[in-house]
Amino acid sequence: MTEPLLEALRLKKAFDGLAAVDDVSLTIAERELVGIIGANGAGKTTFVNIVTGYLKPDSGQVRFRGGDITRLTPREITRLGIVRSFQVAQLFPDLTVLDNALIALAVAARTEGSFFRPLKRYELVEQVFGLLRGFAIDAYAAHKTAALPQGVRKLLDIAMAMSGRPRLVLLDEPTSGVSKDEKFLLMDRLLEALVQSGASVLFIEHDMELVERYAQRLIAFNEGRVIADGAPAAVLADPQVRAFVGGAPGKQPQGERPTSDALA
Amino acid sequence: MLTLVVIVLDGLVYSSWLFIVAVGLTLIYGVLRIVNVAHGSFYALGAYVMASAAGYYFARGLPPQANYLIIPLAALVVGLVVGLPLERGLLRFFYGRDQVVLVLVTYAAFLVLEDATKLVWGVDPYYAVEPYRLLGTLSVGGLPYAVYDLCLIGVAGGLGAVLWWGLNRTRNGKLLGAVIHDREMSEAFGVNVTPIFTATFVLGAMLGALGGALTAPEISVVPGVGAEVIVLAFAVVVTGGLGSVVGAMLGALIVGMARAAVIHLAPSVELFVVYLVMAVVLALRPQGLFAPAAARKI
Amino acid sequence: MAAAALRRDFTPVILTAALVLLLAGSAVVPAYLRFLFELALANGLAVMGLMLLMRAGLVSFGQGLYYCLGGYTAGIAGSFLGISDVFALLALGAAVAAVVGLLCGLLIARYREIFFAMLTLAFTMVLYGLLINNERLGSTDGFNVPAPHFLGWAPEGERLGLTLFVVTCVLVYVVALGLHRYLGSAMGYLGEAIRENELRVEYLGASVRRLLLVKYVLAAVLAGLGGVLTGLAVGHVDPDLANWTTSGEFLFMALLGGIENVAAPLLGALVLELVRSYALEYAPYLWQMTLGATMLVIILFLPGGLWSLARMRKGADLTPEL
Ligand SMILES: Nc1ncnc2c1ncn2[C@@H]1O[C@H](COP(=O)(O)OP(=O)(O)O)[C@@H](O)[C@H]1O
Ligand SMILES: [Mg+2]
Repeated sequence: MTEPLLEALRLKKAFDGLAAVDDVSLTIAERELVGIIGANGAGKTTFVNIVTGYLKPDSGQVRFRGGDITRLTPREITRLGIVRSFQVAQLFPDLTVLDNALIALAVAARTEGSFFRPLKRYELVEQVFGLLRGFAIDAYAAHKTAALPQGVRKLLDIAMAMSGRPRLVLLDEPTSGVSKDEKFLLMDRLLEALVQSGASVLFIEHDMELVERYAQRLIAFNEGRVIADGAPAAVLADPQVRAFVGGAPGKQPQGERPTSDALA
Repeated sequence: MLTLVVIVLDGLVYSSWLFIVAVGLTLIYGVLRIVNVAHGSFYALGAYVMASAAGYYFARGLPPQANYLIIPLAALVVGLVVGLPLERGLLRFFYGRDQVVLVLVTYAAFLVLEDATKLVWGVDPYYAVEPYRLLGTLSVGGLPYAVYDLCLIGVAGGLGAVLWWGLNRTRNGKLLGAVIHDREMSEAFGVNVTPIFTATFVLGAMLGALGGALTAPEISVVPGVGAEVIVLAFAVVVTGGLGSVVGAMLGALIVGMARAAVIHLAPSVELFVVYLVMAVVLALRPQGLFAPAAARKI
Repeated sequence: MAAAALRRDFTPVILTAALVLLLAGSAVVPAYLRFLFELALANGLAVMGLMLLMRAGLVSFGQGLYYCLGGYTAGIAGSFLGISDVFALLALGAAVAAVVGLLCGLLIARYREIFFAMLTLAFTMVLYGLLINNERLGSTDGFNVPAPHFLGWAPEGERLGLTLFVVTCVLVYVVALGLHRYLGSAMGYLGEAIRENELRVEYLGASVRRLLLVKYVLAAVLAGLGGVLTGLAVGHVDPDLANWTTSGEFLFMALLGGIENVAAPLLGALVLELVRSYALEYAPYLWQMTLGATMLVIILFLPGGLWSLARMRKGADLTPEL
C-alpha cells in the first residue's frame, strides 16, 4: 500500500480535564472522500482544529505525506496543502465576494508581499471568476459578503480555501445553516469542484442521507473516540453508531446549533 | 542611609498622589471598559474649583482650619456637575462600541472641557497655597518635610481602604464586582447595569477631581495640567493592570518609587522613567501586572 | 465579466490636478497661506501613515513618536553634524524612523485594539520624557533647525520658503501616488482583510504579524518624513512633537478626512490646519472645543470622514480600487 496522505496517531486533547479528542488514530488516502459523523460535542471540530494546527494536541502526532506537522501553525499547514472550512463561514464581511476571493488567490500565489502590482488586474480577476464559477457563486461577485445567504457564504468560504490547490480539504459541516432542500444542491456543486481538483476530502456532516449519498468511507466519532470506520453502509448499520449517533438514513437529524464561535 | 529614607518617603508621597489621581480611572475602566481620557479634565476642574473656592474662602476671613472641607466638596461638585452629564448625555450612547472608539469620544470630551475650563477661569494661573502652608513642616532626620505631603499618604491609604471595603464588603460593591467580572452574566442574572455604570462614572469623576483638588495647593493651576496628569494616570493603571483597584495601588507604588529613586540618583531621566516603566510593563504583560482575571477568553 | 469589475481609477488624476493647483497657487497666494499648506502636507504624511494602520484596524496614539524623531533628526543633523541637504535629511529621517519603527514594531505588532493604542502612547511618551530632560537638546524649549540646502544650492528668505514648499508638494505627491498603488495591491487589501478577520488571513496562509509589521514601519517612515519637513519649515523642533496631544491631533485629522483614499488624510490635515489658523486668531479659547465637538459629530454622524461626503455628493465611485 502506498503512503497515506494524512495520518493521525493517537491524538489526545482535553479541555479542563474533559477529553474532547481521546486517542484518535485514522488515515486518509489520496483522493479519498470521507465523511465524519458524530453527535454534538463528539470532538469532530476539535479534531479538525488539531490537524490544521489551530490547537496543539496534548499527545499524539499528525503526519502529512510522511512529515510530522503536529507543531506547525495553521499558516504553515495551509502552505503545505491542508485547508479547511469553518462551521461558521470565515469571510471578510465588509468586502465584496470578488475582493474576498482575490485576496485568497493572491495569498495562495504567495504574492501577499506585493506592494505595487494592483490586486485587481485583469488576469487575476479572470482567475477569480473562474474559481467562483466553479462553485456557481460568480453572480454574487459584486456583493458584500455580510449580507449573503448562508449557503453562498459557505461556498465562498470553501472556494477561498480551495484557491491554494490543496491536497486535503477538511469541511466542517458545510451544509449547516442551509435549508434541507438546498443541501443536496450545495453538496453536488461542492464535491464536483473538489473531486475535480484531485484533493482528498473529509467532511463533517449531521445529515445521514447526505453522508450515505456522498461519502466513500465513513468515520463515526463519539465522546472523542472513533467508534466506527469503514464503508458507509456498514458504519451506519453498526449498533453502536445507531445508539450514539442516532441517525439512520431517512431520519431527520438534529443539526448542530449555530454558535458564535466558528471553531466550537 | 539618609538618601534611602528620603527616597522611600518621597516615593511614598508621590505614590500616594499617583494613586489618588489614578484610582478613578481604573475604577471606570473596570466597570465600563472605558479608558477615560477626560479623567484629565476632572483633575483639572477639581484643581480649579478648589483654587478659586479656597481663594474666596480665605479672602472672606473664614476659620482657616475648616478650609480642608473645600477639597471633598470640590470633588463632589465636579463629579455631579460635569461627570454626571457627561455619562448621561454622551457616553451612554456609545456603550457596546469598540473600546478604541470610546477612547476617541472621551478624548473629544477632554478637548471640549479644556476650553470650557479656559472660558470659565481664563489662562492666568490660580494659587491656593494656604492649605499647604497652614500645616507647616516636620523634621524627618533633620530634613524639613511638608505635613501636607505626609497627609497625602494618609488620604491615599484611607481612600484605598474605603474603596476596598466598599467593593468587597458591601452589597453594592459586590454587585460592582460582579459587573467587573462579567457584564453579560450579571445582566443575565437581572442586575440592572445602567445605574451601576452611572454611579461608577460619577464616582470615578469625583476621584479624579479629588486628585486635582488635593494637588491645587501644591502647584500653580494653569491650563494644560490635565493633559500632563492623564498620561501619568495611564502609566499607573496600565502598570498595575487596567480595572484593578489593588493594581492601581501597586502600580502607583512602583511608578512612584521608581521616580523618587531616579530623582535622587539620576535626576536627568525623571519623567522618562515613569513612561519607561509603563512601556516595559505593557510590552511584557499588556494586561498589566495585577489585572483582574478575565471571565471569558476571547 | 472580469473587465466589468475593473473600473477606472481617478485618484492619480485628482492628485496630479491638486499638485498643479498647489504649485500654480504658490505663486499668487500670500506666504502665510503657503506656509499653512506646507505644514498641512507635512502633517498629512504622518496621517497617511496612520491611515495605513487604521485600515488594518489599528488605532495608534503614537504617530508623534516618529514625527518627532524625523524633526529631531533633521535638527541634530543640521545643527550638530553639519548635514543640511534637504534630501540627505529626508533620507536620514526616514532611516531613523524605519529603524526605531522596526524595533518597536516587533513588539507592538503583537497587540490589538486598546492595548495597541496604549503601547503606542507609552512609546511616544518615552521619547517625550527623554527629550524633556535633555539639556543639550534644549529640554522643553527644543532648539532651532538650520535652513536646509538643496543639492548645494542655499536659497534664503522668500526663495527658501518657496523652494521648501515645492519640495514638500512634490514629495507628498510622489508618496501619495505610491501609497495609492500600495492600497490597491495585495498588501494593501490585506490590511482590510486583517481588520475584518485575522483568523481567515492566517488560514489563507499569510502571516498577519509580518504584514502588520510592514505597515507599522511604513507608517513610521511616513511620519518621519513629515517630521523632517515640519522641522525644516518651522525652523524649530521641541518635545511637544512627541507629546500624546500631537498624536491625538493626527488621529483627529484621520477621522476628519477619512481613510478611504490617500487624498482623504491630506484633506483632513488641510482642513484642520486652516480651521486652526483662523480659530487661533479669532477665538483662541474655542479652538480645542471646536476640535472636540467636531470629532464627536464625525464619530456619530460621519464615520467615513469628509471624504465620504465628497463621494456621496458626486454620486460616483471615485475610489474603485479601494
Ligand atoms: N476551545 C475550547 N475550550 C474548551 N472546551 C472546548 C473547546 N473547544 C471544544 N471544547 C469542548 O470539547 C468538546 C468537543 O467539542 P467539538 O470538537 O466542538 O465537538 P463537535 O464539533 O463534534 O460538535 C465539547 O465538549 C466542547 O465543549
Ligand atoms: Mg463542531
